Amino acid sequence: MYKILLREDLVPGIHLFKMAAPAVAQKAQAGQFVVVRIDERGERIPLTIADWDKNEGTVTIVFMEVGATTARLALLKEGDAIADFVGPLGVPAEIENYGTVVCVAGGVGTAVVAPIARALKNAGNRIFTILGTRSKDLLFWEDVLKSVSDRLIVTTDDGSYGRKGVVTGPLKEILESGEKIDRVVAIGPVVMMKFCSLTTAPSGVRTIVSLNPIMVDGTGMCGCCRVSVGGETKFACVDGPDFDGHKVDWDLLAARQRIYIEEEKCAYDEWQKSHAA
Amino acid sequence: MAKLNLNRVEMPRQDPEKRGKNFNEVALGYSLEQAKEEASRCIQCKKRNCVTGCPVGVDIPDFIQAIRDGDMPEAVRILKSKNALPGICGRVCPQESQCESTCTLAKKDAPIAIGRLERFVADWERANMPQADSSPPAKPKPSGRKVAVVGSGPAGLTAAADLARLGHGVTIFEALHVAGGVLMYGIPEFRLPKEIVQAEVKFVASLGVEIKLDSVVGKLATLDEILAQGYDAVFLGTGAGLPMFLNIDGENLNGIYSANEFLTRVNLMKAYKFPEYDTPVKVGKKVGVIGGGNVAMDSARCALRLGADDVYIIYRRSEAEMPARREEVENAREEGIQFKLLTNPKRFIGNDKNWVTGAECYEMELGEPDDSGRRRPVVKKGSEFVIDVDEVIVALGTRPNPLISSTTVGLETTKYGTVVADEETGKTVKDKVWAGGDIVTGSATVISAMGAGKRAAASIDEYLRG
Repeated sequence: MYKILLREDLVPGIHLFKMAAPAVAQKAQAGQFVVVRIDERGERIPLTIADWDKNEGTVTIVFMEVGATTARLALLKEGDAIADFVGPLGVPAEIENYGTVVCVAGGVGTAVVAPIARALKNAGNRIFTILGTRSKDLLFWEDVLKSVSDRLIVTTDDGSYGRKGVVTGPLKEILESGEKIDRVVAIGPVVMMKFCSLTTAPSGVRTIVSLNPIMVDGTGMCGCCRVSVGGETKFACVDGPDFDGHKVDWDLLAARQRIYIEEEKCAYDEWQKSHAA
Repeated sequence: MAKLNLNRVEMPRQDPEKRGKNFNEVALGYSLEQAKEEASRCIQCKKRNCVTGCPVGVDIPDFIQAIRDGDMPEAVRILKSKNALPGICGRVCPQESQCESTCTLAKKDAPIAIGRLERFVADWERANMPQADSSPPAKPKPSGRKVAVVGSGPAGLTAAADLARLGHGVTIFEALHVAGGVLMYGIPEFRLPKEIVQAEVKFVASLGVEIKLDSVVGKLATLDEILAQGYDAVFLGTGAGLPMFLNIDGENLNGIYSANEFLTRVNLMKAYKFPEYDTPVKVGKKVGVIGGGNVAMDSARCALRLGADDVYIIYRRSEAEMPARREEVENAREEGIQFKLLTNPKRFIGNDKNWVTGAECYEMELGEPDDSGRRRPVVKKGSEFVIDVDEVIVALGTRPNPLISSTTVGLETTKYGTVVADEETGKTVKDKVWAGGDIVTGSATVISAMGAGKRAAASIDEYLRG
C-alpha cells in the first residue's frame, strides 16, 4: 500500500497527492509517469509525476477528476493509502541546453510541464512559459512556473485573468517576434497540443508534446496506448510519452481516447449512485 | 499379468451451450472414485517413460500409486516435491505431447490421463489440507546466499520455489500488481481459475520466497543495480510480453485489440465483471480473432462469453497447422466458435468514427513447407473478400519486452529480442545472470518455462555452493 502524506486541492476538480513511494522517488525523472490502482476492484490509470523528493522518499501526483476512478481517488484523504503505485514509467523528457525554450502548459498539463521546465532551466535554458486555463478559478502553480521561467504569460479563455484567449496566440507572437526559439514543449489537452504543433509547424521549431492515451499496464505489454507518429505505430507507455508534435496523428489519438466513452459514463453514473447512497 | 484396461476415464465438463455464457471452469475434474479408477489403469512400468516426458521430472508412477492406494496426502507430497504448481500444470500442460505421449499405454491409444490425475491431487489438497499441513515440514538450512528472480510467471515461480527449498534467500520482483504473470493476465478463468493460481503462489511464498509487486525492473532498479544491492545471482523469467501486430492498414482503429490487452482486461482486471470492477472491455457482436494458437482460442472463447453473437478464428493456414492444443480447438468449436481457415487479413476497414467495421481478407493456399516445417500459406491472387466485424483481437504471438535487455550491460539478445542462454543451465553470457522461459525461447508453454526455471535453479545452486 502507498500512503497519501499530503493532499492539496489546487482548484475545483484538480488535486495534488504527495505519496510515500521511496523506491519510485529514487528513480523519477521529469516527464515520467506512474500507474496507480486504488484497490482490488480498481482500474490501472496513468498519472504524471509532478514532483518528487529523493530524500523524503515522496512522489507528487496531480490529477483531474474526469471519471469514476479519478472521482474515487479525489475522495481519499491524507493518511489513506492506495493499493498500487507503479513507476517511474516512460522515457524521461529530453533535457539539454537548447538555448531558448517555450513551455506551453494547458490545464492539468501545468503539473506535467513544471518539472520539465525546471529541469530545462537547470540545464541552462532561457524559459518562456505560456500558461493557459479556461478561467481564473482553474489556474494553479502560476508561482511554481514563474520561479523557473524568464517570462511567463498567462491566458484564460474568458479573460478573467491574464490575457484573454488561448495559448496559441502568444505562442505565435513569440515565434514571429524575431526572437530565436530553439524548442517548444507543449503539454495539455489533445486539442491544445495539436494546435500548438500546427502553430509551430511553419517555423519548423522542434515541438515536443506529451501524449496521454488510455493505458493498462504501462510497461509495453498490451498496446492499448498505441499512437501513430510519423506514420509509425508507437506505444506511448514505453516509446513515449514525449513525441515530436509535428509527426503525431492527432485525430487518431483523439478517436482512441473515446473508445470507452460509454463505459466511462456508465461507471461514473454507477459511482455517483453508490456514492449518493 | 492383469489385462490392460484401455478405457480412459473421461473428465466431466460443463455443457458447451451453458459454459459459453459463463466464466466458470469448463473442465470439472475427477471425483475420488474416478481418479482411483483411472489410477488403477497404470501398469507401473519399470522403465518410467512418462517421467522422461515431464520437463520437471515429476515421479508420475509414484503419485499415481498413492492415489490408487487412497493415500492422498502421500500423492500430494510426491507431486509437490518436484512441482510447486500442480493445480496449474494439471490444467494447462500439453500432456498429450509430453508425459502422456511417452506413457506405455499411448501405444494402445489409451495413455493414463496423467494431467487429470495431477489436477485431481492438487484440487484434493486445496479442499482437504489446510495451508499449515501442506507447507513443507522443515525449513532447509539457510545458505546465506541471496537470489533475485525477475518475473513471477511459471518460470520465475518454479525457480524461486526450488531455490528456496535449497536454502537460498529468494526475492521475486514482479511488475504487475499481482503475482503469476501470464497465469493471471493471459489464461482465462474458465481454463485456469485465478484462485488456484493464487493458492499456488501462496505455497511458493510459504517456502520463504519474498514477492515484491509493482516492481518494474529496468525502470525502478536495473538488473545491475539489483546485483549491486547484494544479490549473488539473478534469474530472469520475464516471459514474452510484447504483443506483435500485423502491421497492416487500419490496425489502430478503435475496436482492434492485441490479445494481450483484451485478455489482460478480461482476466487480470476482471472486466467481465464491469462495472463491479472498474476496468471496461468492449464486446463486439461480430468478433474476428486473428491467429491459431492457444491465445487465439482463449480470446475467442472470452469474446463469446462476453456476449458476442459470432466469433471467428481467422487463420492463414489450415487446421492441421494450428499451434493450439487439439483439446482447446475442440472446446472452442463445441462452444460455437467459427473457423475461417486459409484466410489472412489484408487490411481493416473503419467508419468515420474510427471504429472497425470489417476485415478485408485474402484466401490462402498451402505451398511448400517453410522453416517451421509447416506448409507455407500463399495468397490466392484476386481472392479478397470482406468479413464484417466490429471487434478484432490480434493473437499473433508475443516477443520479450526489451525493458530489461535494453537497460542491462552485457546481456546478449537475438534479433527476435530473446535473451541468449545455455539451453541446459539457463546461464546467460552475463556474470551471475540466468534466464529461462519465454524470454529465452519466445512464446512457448507454461511447463517448458517451468522446466527452464527448474534447470536454472539447479545451475544457480551449483554456482552458489561452488
